[in-house]
Amino acid sequence: MYGWLWRHLPGPAWVRVGILVVAAAVVVAVCFLWAFPALAPLVPFNDITVD
Amino acid sequence: MTAAPDVATPPARPSRPPRGRSVVATVVGVVGELLITLGVLVGLFVVWQLWWTDVVAEREQAEVVAELDWAWTPQRPRPTAEPTAEAPAERTDPAPVMAEPAYATTFATLHVPRWGADYVRPITQGTGKTDVLDTLGLGHYEGTAMPGAIGNFAVAGHRVTYGKPLNRVEELQIGDPLIVQTEQAWYVYRVTEALVVRPSQVEVLLPVPSQPDVAPTQAVMTLTTCHPMYSARERYIVHATLDYWMAPEGTPVELQGDA
Repeated sequence: MYGWLWRHLPGPAWVRVGILVVAAAVVVAVCFLWAFPALAPLVPFNDITVD
Repeated sequence: MTAAPDVATPPARPSRPPRGRSVVATVVGVVGELLITLGVLVGLFVVWQLWWTDVVAEREQAEVVAELDWAWTPQRPRPTAEPTAEAPAERTDPAPVMAEPAYATTFATLHVPRWGADYVRPITQGTGKTDVLDTLGLGHYEGTAMPGAIGNFAVAGHRVTYGKPLNRVEELQIGDPLIVQTEQAWYVYRVTEALVVRPSQVEVLLPVPSQPDVAPTQAVMTLTTCHPMYSARERYIVHATLDYWMAPEGTPVELQGDA
């Protein structure tokens, strides 16, 4: 999977590394800003109210 | 001229593995990479939950307090009012009680000297997770008493993550002040009891905690948070009773100096 991605990225190695770093940053941002906040209520280790 | 490698030219690297191995190897490889990716994402989630939510919520809660122009903080003591004849007294007569505000309205702050002289967190109406507890911090159980009122002023807060306003709840000692400020008054409660209950034991929120069908005669405050830390198995409960209230122009002695 990642090997395939690497072979299909354009440019010399340092350009590919740059692209992958940016892609990783985008993935982290999407996770932190949207995915994890949506997921968190389903992870019940953090309930603090009595109800 | 260029030295042509006419001797022992290395064989061209095979662009792909031999056919026979490729199907199984490819599938195993992709599954392995997916699992590694999943593991990294789970690790990221832990980082987000344990670190990033604190970063965001602490900033948010500090901003909320800063926007309350009546809120006293150590960094922003009230501009010294013209020295009146005498400082506002500590009063034990019936306290002024505000009406319950609209959901998600921040109406009070909490100071706990035991948790540091600079500890101040907003208290907001409601106990919704995403819109109150996970962002604004402490949430007031709707329908329970308001600060200073006879009955039970019940507040929930995170003990870990999301700014963790009640992180050090276990350090509270009997008699420690829990100081609530609203626009109308200061209310100084003192811790009377700490206990661990099951999440279903809502009787800790009763006007007289854990005593159904008893008419309240005291102003009580209750904190609820998770217990043990990082678990939802039980709840840590702190009860306090109102010691005195004070007009907002004053500052409770518990918050003065290096107390």
